[in-house]
Amino acid sequence: MKILAVKPELCNGCGACEEICAKTFFKVTDRDKSTIRVAQIAEGKYRVDFCNQCGECIAVCPTQALYRIKNGIVRIREKDCVGCEACIGFCPDLVMYAVPDDVVPIKCIACGKCVDVCPTKALFMAEVDVPAPVTELTRSIRVKTGAGSHGN
Amino acid sequence: MAIDVQKMKAMRAAHKVLAEFTYPPREVVKGYANQTLYINLDTNTIEAKPVTRMMKDIFIGGRGFGIWHLWNAVTPQTKWNSPENAIIISPGPLAGTTNFPGSGKSLVVTISPLTSAPVDSNVGGYFGPLLKFAGWDAIEIQGKAKNDVIVFIDGNQGRITIEEAPGASVDSYPVGEEVVAMFADTDAEKRDVSSVSAGTGADHALFGCLNFSWYDTRRQRVRLKQAGRGGIGTVFRDKKIKALVVKKSGVNAESNHPDDARRIRDVGVKMHRELHDLDHLQCHMRTVGTAHLVEIMDATDLLPTCNYKFGSHSEAKHLFSDYYLKTFSQNTVDGCWYGCTMACSKGMDGFELRTGPYKGQIVTVDGPEYETIAGCGSNLGVFDPHWVGEYNYYCDTYGLDTITWGTAMAFVMECYEAGILNKQITGGLELKFGAAEAAAELLHQTARGEGFGRVFGLGVRRMKEIFAKEYGGDPKFLQDIGMESKGLEYSEYVTKESLAMQGGYGLTLKGPQHDEAWLIFMDMVHNQIPTFENKAEALHYFPMWRTWFGLNGLCKVIWNDIEPADNAQTKEPAKVPEHVDNYVEYFTGVTGNRVTKEDLIVMSERVYNFQRVFNLKMGFGRRAHDAIPYRSMGPVTKEEYESRAERYDKQLREKVGYDPTGKSTEEKLAALRAFREAEYQRLSDAVYQRRGWTNDGVPKIEKLKELGIDFPDVVEVVRPYQNGNK
Repeated sequence: MKILAVKPELCNGCGACEEICAKTFFKVTDRDKSTIRVAQIAEGKYRVDFCNQCGECIAVCPTQALYRIKNGIVRIREKDCVGCEACIGFCPDLVMYAVPDDVVPIKCIACGKCVDVCPTKALFMAEVDVPAPVTELTRSIRVKTGAGSHGN
Repeated sequence: MAIDVQKMKAMRAAHKVLAEFTYPPREVVKGYANQTLYINLDTNTIEAKPVTRMMKDIFIGGRGFGIWHLWNAVTPQTKWNSPENAIIISPGPLAGTTNFPGSGKSLVVTISPLTSAPVDSNVGGYFGPLLKFAGWDAIEIQGKAKNDVIVFIDGNQGRITIEEAPGASVDSYPVGEEVVAMFADTDAEKRDVSSVSAGTGADHALFGCLNFSWYDTRRQRVRLKQAGRGGIGTVFRDKKIKALVVKKSGVNAESNHPDDARRIRDVGVKMHRELHDLDHLQCHMRTVGTAHLVEIMDATDLLPTCNYKFGSHSEAKHLFSDYYLKTFSQNTVDGCWYGCTMACSKGMDGFELRTGPYKGQIVTVDGPEYETIAGCGSNLGVFDPHWVGEYNYYCDTYGLDTITWGTAMAFVMECYEAGILNKQITGGLELKFGAAEAAAELLHQTARGEGFGRVFGLGVRRMKEIFAKEYGGDPKFLQDIGMESKGLEYSEYVTKESLAMQGGYGLTLKGPQHDEAWLIFMDMVHNQIPTFENKAEALHYFPMWRTWFGLNGLCKVIWNDIEPADNAQTKEPAKVPEHVDNYVEYFTGVTGNRVTKEDLIVMSERVYNFQRVFNLKMGFGRRAHDAIPYRSMGPVTKEEYESRAERYDKQLREKVGYDPTGKSTEEKLAALRAFREAEYQRLSDAVYQRRGWTNDGVPKIEKLKELGIDFPDVVEVVRPYQNGNK
């Protein structure tokens, strides 16, 4: 399956990914409505957070609103979501986000729009084996890409 | 359990509608629907009653609303089976919140068949929240139907009906499934339907419970949670109700329309994260629920064994949580309301029943929880966990309280071994400790209202009288070992070495149930409350704090079955200060009322004192009614004393100032007993004083004034008791 991946050492913190993400989902540029989040961790160094499609959230959703589609990506069926936010608290990497004034949380669905706009090519689509569990996956991708640890 | 949906639809279509009431859909505002539903089954009346400002200010909701409605419904002469006795179910203003764990509780109140006084019992399941979002802060039911009925509240259509339901089952598992088939129009709607039901056991025993359902979409079956204590299911069946059913679709985090959603979201997600990070290092509630307590209680000599004689047993290991870790289905969602990530409503799937009318069927057992494992396992000398599951399933579906069932069975077994009972009396059942199959048979007889089961169904207090009067048992011995106070059977902790917890069971409103106070570790293990004043303060603060959950429709386990990582370093770890702050934030976020943590305690004090006065109104609520059996204070028999002789000898020497050297066990028993009984009375003195009560345990008028509950009819009840005994 194809998921979003990052080489954080290439990130310049411009925030274009956050902007396009919020625009794609909500037609606004507010980063609070983006499923990808960039944070400065030191002078010239950035951390980029987004969902790695591990699927831990599926197991804690009381209404089965979270599910995996054929290509392996984890999606939210909005009409079934009761806004309990268990998925937010139980996300291993804390990359399920609450949106102000909305009960349904948001997550990266690996659409690739941010990859298209990333000026430094820090973001890219990576081919990985079908849903490997959890943070192991994150770690292996980052190791493969020389990305270093997550920092959480 | 295979249900024929078409048959159920046809059965429903054939129901005779006795009354119908329509109402405009109403949104909940800041936690309140601002009306309660009144139903009278004598007259087939359905009415809306307004929720007043006073009700919200003084009684808050949940148990407070229940107690207020019940106070107005009954007179001092009302018995549990009087038509005017009411059952009130109310969820509370915070209930139904989907994004703070443990927010789906309902509180049920009635005049108890066991105690003849008001009883309150809290329960999970979807009924309470869906009732509120259907437009009702409470449902109050008076009167008795002529024939069995189902009451259906359709919150989607704004329509309520009382329907004669001759074809539906009485037992909770079948009727729970049947009403889902009758009232859900699509598969997706199944989780929007919840019911309250009892069972055939509640038709014949005084300790009937209520089952509140939720539809488990993963298991594709109805799950049940119990309002267990005090015989509310018996009142329910006396009113000839098969089920109360509510349907409401589209519920989410906005349905409660909180004043400030962000405040709730912040603390709610924080709690989810705490559970994610810490549960596996602390209580393991997410994997084994309260079953994790069995080994802890056994190790600390607190696990009731053979009618509370002992606190541990070499065979208890078979009931430890490693068994339940293997038999509870894992990696599923076991919250009894949306968003409860504590998820302690565990289930044993693929369980094959060994006995009774459903013998050979493969079922899901809802539980067992700690109380059931201890009460229906170790306290009976039964250490085969399969039998615990069997009793758990049948008690639930028959609508019987597992705690009372277990404690009453333990009492019967000790009476059998003491020679008070024999096979002639029990109809051939050899009810010794460990007699698992005989206990199962007595359970089925109780549900059928047959044989010795009819006597058993009366509970411990009435059995004590019968065993003395009819079978020649020594009344003093029966009083010592019959584990009830106020007529309610004890829940499952050995309290002999914790004076504070003796008070936690005895100095209560409804009887010995651990939901008022659980102080054993603070008192006995950590020695944090050594003086009478310390214990009295704990017996003020914790019962008030725990009452607050019942006013709001919340579950207590989220408060202290998970603790922040640095909790032990705080000034008062037993209070879990960070979590108290969460609740201040949460209450303010929902209601918009800015409160402090001290305000939360005052809210509870109002309802707690009102309920104490209510007990007095019904002829109870004084020092004499707070008496507890000696088995809960110390060793009754030589066997008990000698099993822990070193401990008791040491106490005689160090605390009593009595040299046990050369004394017989009888002499030592008597010396210890005199000391411990006096201690309990000294504790009562201190607690009554701290609570603002007279030395007879009656709230003082100035206390009622201070709390703003000095209503004329309340003052009238307490006035004759202000100067000591009446």
